[in-house]
Amino acid sequence: MYIYDEIDQRLVDERVAQFRDQTSRFLEGKLAEDEFRALRLRNGLYIQRYAPMLRIAIPYGLLSSRQLRKLADIARRFDRGYGHFSTRQNLQLNWPKLHQVPDILAELATVQMHAIQTSGNCVRNVTTDHFAGVAPDEIFDSFVWCELIRQWSTFNAEFSYLPRKFKIAVNGALNDRAATYVHDIGLHAVKRDGEVGFKVIVGGGLGRTPLIGQVVREFLPWPHLLTYLDAILRVYNRFGRRDNIHKARIKILLKEWGFERFRDAVEAEWAHLKDGPATLKANDIARVEARFTRPVYDKLGPHAVAYSAPGFDAWKRRNVHPHKVPGYCAVTLSLKKTGVPPGDATSEQMEAIARLAELYSFGELRVSHEQNLILADVREDALPELWREAKALGLATPNVGLLTNIIACPGGDFCALANAKSIPVGQAIQERFDDLDYLHDIGEIDINISGCMNACGHHHVGHIGILGVDKHGEEWYQVEIGGNQGEVRPGVKAALGRILGPSFARAEVPEVVEKLVDCYLERRDSDAERFVDVVHRIGIEPFKEKVYGNAHQRQASRNREPVVA
Amino acid sequence: MATLIKGRQVATGNPSSPEVLRLEPTDDPAAFAHRLAGASRVEVHFPKFGDGRGFSLGRLLRERYAYKGELRAVGHLTRDHLLYLERCGFDAFELRPGEDADEALAGFDVFSARYQR
Repeated sequence: MYIYDEIDQRLVDERVAQFRDQTSRFLEGKLAEDEFRALRLRNGLYIQRYAPMLRIAIPYGLLSSRQLRKLADIARRFDRGYGHFSTRQNLQLNWPKLHQVPDILAELATVQMHAIQTSGNCVRNVTTDHFAGVAPDEIFDSFVWCELIRQWSTFNAEFSYLPRKFKIAVNGALNDRAATYVHDIGLHAVKRDGEVGFKVIVGGGLGRTPLIGQVVREFLPWPHLLTYLDAILRVYNRFGRRDNIHKARIKILLKEWGFERFRDAVEAEWAHLKDGPATLKANDIARVEARFTRPVYDKLGPHAVAYSAPGFDAWKRRNVHPHKVPGYCAVTLSLKKTGVPPGDATSEQMEAIARLAELYSFGELRVSHEQNLILADVREDALPELWREAKALGLATPNVGLLTNIIACPGGDFCALANAKSIPVGQAIQERFDDLDYLHDIGEIDINISGCMNACGHHHVGHIGILGVDKHGEEWYQVEIGGNQGEVRPGVKAALGRILGPSFARAEVPEVVEKLVDCYLERRDSDAERFVDVVHRIGIEPFKEKVYGNAHQRQASRNREPVVA
Repeated sequence: MATLIKGRQVATGNPSSPEVLRLEPTDDPAAFAHRLAGASRVEVHFPKFGDGRGFSLGRLLRERYAYKGELRAVGHLTRDHLLYLERCGFDAFELRPGEDADEALAGFDVFSARYQR
């Protein structure tokens, strides 16, 4: 865990006072609606369809048991007893009351938490690989760099009123588990001749105009990290479009200017900033590193788990992950039980999870962008016991990486922006595929569902992506395939899905997914070839045909009845 | 009448002056560099609440073009911006009409520390 120093704590406390003041000025009529909107958003407060929504920051996904207990307490006292873990490693409360939000923030500040810049046109919560610090394929630990970026971005005077939101992800390992190619800036760890640095990727993003980011610098030595970010942000702040909210992200600037003009502008700006006051020195790194508590591991050999039980083996295969320290592993606690909205956790579950983290993982846990919780430092010999406890709590669904591990935004059940519901669609798919053996046979597949083109469910990078669309006031669903969040294993790189064809009514979606899976199973070379690998090898045409029939059948079907609109 | 804050105090007197340079958010400060020495004041316009381009212009004028004179922020600004403006090199602030000057001055004290160098 990162432990606040005196300044960290003071700033968070001062933020609470500032927001209390802004809220009362708004309630007294001294701040206009649009002014308060811009101010409350940068404190994570949305006015949603039914109530405000408060997005609480979980910086780089790292959370302590004590903090999780506080979140459980807040959800119970100020909300309806549950929270929603989002794809950006935050926690959202869907029913807080506006006048109580300052009190919620004050409660958060007592456990070194806040809602700073979780929304609004500013630099958002920095995200990272949920196995940071423990992954066997680690290049270096990303947490220190994430914290340095958190500090740089927090109340950054120059970059607090950007054209649009700005998301940064850092990946410290060989495989990209932080989706760095679909962020405004992705930073990928690189070591060159022993020197630590970053590959800098700019202009990726999902939403209305999904784009894969481009590499503006293959190797940025670490002392220059912040000055280079300053250069990118300054170019964006000055030249990013502000006339159209849908064209305001940095990816559009990059697209309109072209890669070379953009990169040259950044490099020219950086030439002025390089080696300036924001240049990092070894003692900056040491100062931040010293604030992190690190697990003190027992000296163990690799442990062969002799235990076997029905259900345990499948769970171990899917939900237990390798660790760089012998005798330890990381464990995913699944928030994807069938029948439960993905990423939702009740106060009771949060408290139970906080206890598990204390018993089994040094009192720490991580939020994954797949909306699960992770115990990152579990002794292998404790797995059978942990499994029994997690199972009793409904947190041991052995589906990590599998089809039912669906990523979904809150959708039309909660969100004012949504065209369509996403959670019931996910549930219907989960119910269709409830046979575990079959799921394991299908293997790794990411299904992502977004209720609108803002793409909070990251549907563009789902192996199967499902998007809610509005057709004359009705909810329809467009399906795309072949998206990939990043090179989580060597092979298919970050990719955007391609639209399969005309959209479907909600009731048809599970069957469409089933047909896509059938097509994959018929075409795969071996178990090792994933759904997404097959799509990239053979293209989308065979899948299209499987779902819609061939052109002749499609015509016949159109003449009969408009099942597919 | 708009409130003018200079330094961290409410200013009095005639706010208009003949040698004033005024930058719009789209302006390139480099184009003004040769005129900065002769200016009695430089104004940067913030046309909309939430348009943050002027923050970058402030830093550029101070840090890259070494402008030392009065740098005034004008436009749709509230006390919520004051501290950030100051940190970007502004030392005079024309608040929108109706903003309470004493309350606005408290805007400088919202945060007592900063992370950025």
